[in-house]
Amino acid sequence: MPERNQYQVKTLTIDGREVCAAEDQTILEVARENGIDIPTLCHFDGLSEISACRLCLVEVKGNNKLLPACTTQAQEGMEVTAFSPELMEYRRLIVELLFTERNHVCAACVSSGHCELQALAQRLGVSHVTLPYLHVKCSVDGSHRRFVADHNRCILCARCLRVCGEVEGAHTWGITGRGINARMITDLGDRWGDSDSCTNCGKCVTVCPVGALVEKGKAVSEMTKSNFLPYLLQMRREARQ
Amino acid sequence: MQTIRIDGVTRVEGHGRITIQLDDNGKVQDAHLHVLQFRGFEKFCEGRPFYEMPALTARICGICPISHSLASAKACDAIMTIRIPETAEMLRRIVHLAQIIQSHALSFFYLSSPDLLMGWDASPAERNIFGIAAKHPEVALDGIRLRKWGQEVIELLGGKRIHTSWIVPGGVAAPLTAEKRDEILRRIPEALAIARRTIGLFRNMMEKLSDEVAAFGNFPTMFMALGRKDGNLCLYGSRRRHEGWLRFADADGTIVADNIHPNDYQQYIGEGVDSGSFMKAPYYKPLGFPAGIYRVGPAARLNIARQCGTPLADAALHDFRMLYGVVSLSSFHNHYARLIETLYAIERMQQILEQPDILDTDVRAEARANESEGVGIVEAPRGTLIHHYKVDSDGMIAGVNLIVATAHNTLAMNRGLLQVADKYLSGHTANEGILNRMEGLIRSFDPCLSCATHASGRMALEIEVVDARGFVITRIVREDSSEPAELTVPHRE
Repeated sequence: MPERNQYQVKTLTIDGREVCAAEDQTILEVARENGIDIPTLCHFDGLSEISACRLCLVEVKGNNKLLPACTTQAQEGMEVTAFSPELMEYRRLIVELLFTERNHVCAACVSSGHCELQALAQRLGVSHVTLPYLHVKCSVDGSHRRFVADHNRCILCARCLRVCGEVEGAHTWGITGRGINARMITDLGDRWGDSDSCTNCGKCVTVCPVGALVEKGKAVSEMTKSNFLPYLLQMRREARQ
Repeated sequence: MQTIRIDGVTRVEGHGRITIQLDDNGKVQDAHLHVLQFRGFEKFCEGRPFYEMPALTARICGICPISHSLASAKACDAIMTIRIPETAEMLRRIVHLAQIIQSHALSFFYLSSPDLLMGWDASPAERNIFGIAAKHPEVALDGIRLRKWGQEVIELLGGKRIHTSWIVPGGVAAPLTAEKRDEILRRIPEALAIARRTIGLFRNMMEKLSDEVAAFGNFPTMFMALGRKDGNLCLYGSRRRHEGWLRFADADGTIVADNIHPNDYQQYIGEGVDSGSFMKAPYYKPLGFPAGIYRVGPAARLNIARQCGTPLADAALHDFRMLYGVVSLSSFHNHYARLIETLYAIERMQQILEQPDILDTDVRAEARANESEGVGIVEAPRGTLIHHYKVDSDGMIAGVNLIVATAHNTLAMNRGLLQVADKYLSGHTANEGILNRMEGLIRSFDPCLSCATHASGRMALEIEVVDARGFVITRIVREDSSEPAELTVPHRE
């Protein structure tokens, strides 16, 4: 990650608050630095941004489209609205759509209590699902010795794909199919346990926000995850210097 | 020919319907309990990792989730081919006993005591737990306290009262702390006092209940339960001591099949199909269907056990046997047996909690799926509960077979209904009190219909008298037990 030019300071407003941004900061970074917690699911500190989950969409004055805060650079004089009733309604809808597509039954999930989707639903007040469930048929890949991939619980945030390629350098995870048929795959669609490229490092399991990639043998609510990546990346930076 | 239909049996767990067939002279020909909904756990658990099963199958029931979790965990232990740590086995046993206490308290005080204390023919408006609370507040309080305590023990051990995920394959998720143990022990004297008081109360009522003893499922059948080597009452079994295998006794109490390893249950138990019901009708295979009728549950367990194994419960059991014999054939005695078992459960819990290594922190063994099949059996409050799983090479569930306690009693409940109908129902003048006795027969089995068929829902009651061509001539509809029956005008079509 390049060192930031700390001297090119920009000023902008988020929800009416005046905030400062460094040269290359995104709206999301600036907002979080200032305690404005824009919800996200695909974002993960230390990984590249793909603006896939659309939860961080914000309004920027003068722009008639909503912009993802995670990939929009902060600019001088920007007037950003991060929280409005309309935006919150959109966010609730996104979370509800995630719940309707596959099978997210918290009661029987190993990640219950440690799940970002569950926490977000609680935070946004998604207490009920009003849209019809799609019950997409997904597989559970238990072929790996240590881990399980339960695609029923996957939200396609692609954190696993990014951490595997960008940090571990193994490029085991990929996405196949489009839209409702999209699935995370290992290698060219092989069973995870048969993957030649997987190093069994478990980084994908650690960054998974939900109960899709988990350790084998965990019972309900037992799957806890550590936020190791910032430390790992910092160690690597220091080693290079 | 006519059919009387009780659609929605009240004050039981789950949703069921009773039909009674009358011949042209109004004499009872046949009677059936139908369970009409389907929940499908056997099917939709397929493809899940086996170690999720204790948590998944716990959701079969809100009353006895512990039993399902335990049977499931035992099946998983078998798939992992492990013996769980001694302390884990003791902790599982305690939570199981706590559940038996709360479930038996629910059955006796909440569901059945209204019939016993208010009378079979009392108005449905007061023949319920609120009526008990108004007329016999001390009994209602005892019931509420005992059930609450059972739930609290489950919560102390498992973190929550219903659907705890503390029971895991290989043992339990967390050890017991000294504070929690002492908290449970502190409350045991009160629970014991309630259990003893209630046995006394019920024993004094028994004289007036001789009709019910005689007619509520009083016939010879075989009985099945888990067995211990020393012949004592067995509720959980022990994989470490190779105890808790299936045992069948005949109507005289003679053991006819013993030491049936869980893996071999299918050699002895056949699964019959009861047309018109989603509930299985298991039978003892060597005798065939339906001659192989057998019963499970509290009375069956006490019929099979030589004794309970704790002093107060043994004294109560002795007292009971002095009155009714060593083998009690009437299903009405399930009530009495439930109270004796409650007493046993409290005493036994204390014994286990006083073991020195109960606080040991080694409570979980780990392993992958080493066996492609596993069977777990426990004695649930309502009787023997069997979970049987097959897994693929990755440990994903490939097949599930569940025989839930209530299902074992299918044939006996039908026969019991016939007996009650025969005794009380002459012609088709079915009145509220007679209907209630039919339901009372079912209640004596304390069935969990939603467990047995994976059916659930609110209880309602409906009776139809149908003529020989199947036309309804009388219909009685009742929304739930708190409302009086509403008779519609008989009509011919």
